Amino acid sequence: MLNIESLVTRYGTITAVRDVGLTVRAGEVVCLIGPNGAGKTTLLATVAGLLRPSAGRVTLDDADVTGWAPDRMLRAGLALVPEHRRIFSDFTVRENLLVGGITQPASRRQELLDEMVSLFPILEERLSAPAGYLSGGEAQQLAIGRALMSDPAVLLMDEPSLGLAPVLVDQVFDLIGRLREGGRTLFVVEQNAKRMLAVADRAYVMRSGEIVADGPAAQLAASEDLFETYLGQSGGTA
Amino acid sequence: MIELIQQIIDGLGRGGIYALLALGIAVIFGVMHLINFAHGELITVSAYTSYWLFASGLNWWFIAPTVIVVAVLTAVIIEFVAFRWVRGAPDFTMLMTSFGVHFLVQALFVMYVSANFRQFPRPGWIFDTWRIGGLSLEVFDLAVIAATLVTLLGTYWLLQRTMFGVSLRAAAEDFDTARLMGIRSNRVIRGAFVLSGVLAGVAAVFWLMRSGQAGPTAGLNPMLKGVLAALIGGLGSLSGAVLGGITLGLVEVLLISRLPGGTAGLTDGIVFLLIALLFVFRPQGLITVRRVERV
Repeated sequence: MLNIESLVTRYGTITAVRDVGLTVRAGEVVCLIGPNGAGKTTLLATVAGLLRPSAGRVTLDDADVTGWAPDRMLRAGLALVPEHRRIFSDFTVRENLLVGGITQPASRRQELLDEMVSLFPILEERLSAPAGYLSGGEAQQLAIGRALMSDPAVLLMDEPSLGLAPVLVDQVFDLIGRLREGGRTLFVVEQNAKRMLAVADRAYVMRSGEIVADGPAAQLAASEDLFETYLGQSGGTA
Repeated sequence: MIELIQQIIDGLGRGGIYALLALGIAVIFGVMHLINFAHGELITVSAYTSYWLFASGLNWWFIAPTVIVVAVLTAVIIEFVAFRWVRGAPDFTMLMTSFGVHFLVQALFVMYVSANFRQFPRPGWIFDTWRIGGLSLEVFDLAVIAATLVTLLGTYWLLQRTMFGVSLRAAAEDFDTARLMGIRSNRVIRGAFVLSGVLAGVAAVFWLMRSGQAGPTAGLNPMLKGVLAALIGGLGSLSGAVLGGITLGLVEVLLISRLPGGTAGLTDGIVFLLIALLFVFRPQGLITVRRVERV
């Protein structure tokens, strides 16, 4: 479904993503783990169209989408839940969701809104509230719901558990599990490797801009080696 | 007391025009971070349009809507020719570009038309007054207040209730995230310029009805008032821009009527002094624009 080949992204003279290749198949939950500064966010930003790759190819359902602007990527079926959620805090919760569905016809937008409300019951009672007042966990649900409003073929998530209290982290991983059961295709960047591997089908490990390991999530989770060698931690973060 | 009410209505009439100008500037600043010093050129072009249409024998009923259309077209052309190419550049580059457009348009009119101001007739009713009780109200002020209200309500409806409004507000709050939602940069920025053109066009109609003249620098004064009002309100805040415009209009009228004879010329100086004082105590302007990253 989503295919990345030999992707390179540079900031000036710094190469943040070097020759990265990976594949996300329909219905799969694939994660990208790795330490801080590995280039994970840069990779996602490039795939979503916020940054232009210096080399390589991105294809979505066999269509070449390399270097497309974010609005075109979204129309092609790729939605990103950005790092730090980036909720429109001056908007109500409902308006945030509506913006997410801005590319949909009005009737479909309403259907999707109803779907999101049933997927995230907490948002229903807050629909008319300013989104700026949501807690971190609620805001993360809203950010995910907003991205799903475009009915994407592939949902990209950048650090969905970052900055959340432990109980809310649980909620986020539950949610990823539910989306997986719902048949969604997800590509998730996470620092919380252990928790992420528990809900993913396959995983890639990134370090210093390169993919250094990949395989079925369960297999990687069982490898002590992985955590010590690549993630520079023993046993992963809780 | 009656005198004060009259002055307030006079001030609202003046402030309404400032509010429309400031709102157009705030809309552009919101989506692009550009302080558009070329906003006054919409008034300049409108002024010449009015002059030429009068010269061809047309009246205000035809000229007023045409002026609005011309202001919109001018705004869209300026965006396409100048600002599109510096989008995303440092704020200072965009500021200089807007100065460039300002002086270029002025120079074109000096070169191809004339450096002199040209007069055209003002509508007969603008000096009419209505007497209600002890009040004597200028019809012109009432017309401006009504037109401002209708335009502001229309703008509010557009921003709050339409998908275009939602995308404009989204782009103003966080441009990159708005793009991630599928909002097209070109479209939303062009839309912002159309809106600022409509607002400037309505303001231009009344400004020109009062001034009755066209010249290369016709837009300078309205632009300065609009930028000042937007700054007073807190740049980027749309409600602040409206509030800033009304405040500026009221303060000017109250000062003019209170300054002792012969010193009314000091009004602008005193207004700037007051604005300087405001910024000492509230550097962010009357309304604070929230741009906080929640973690």
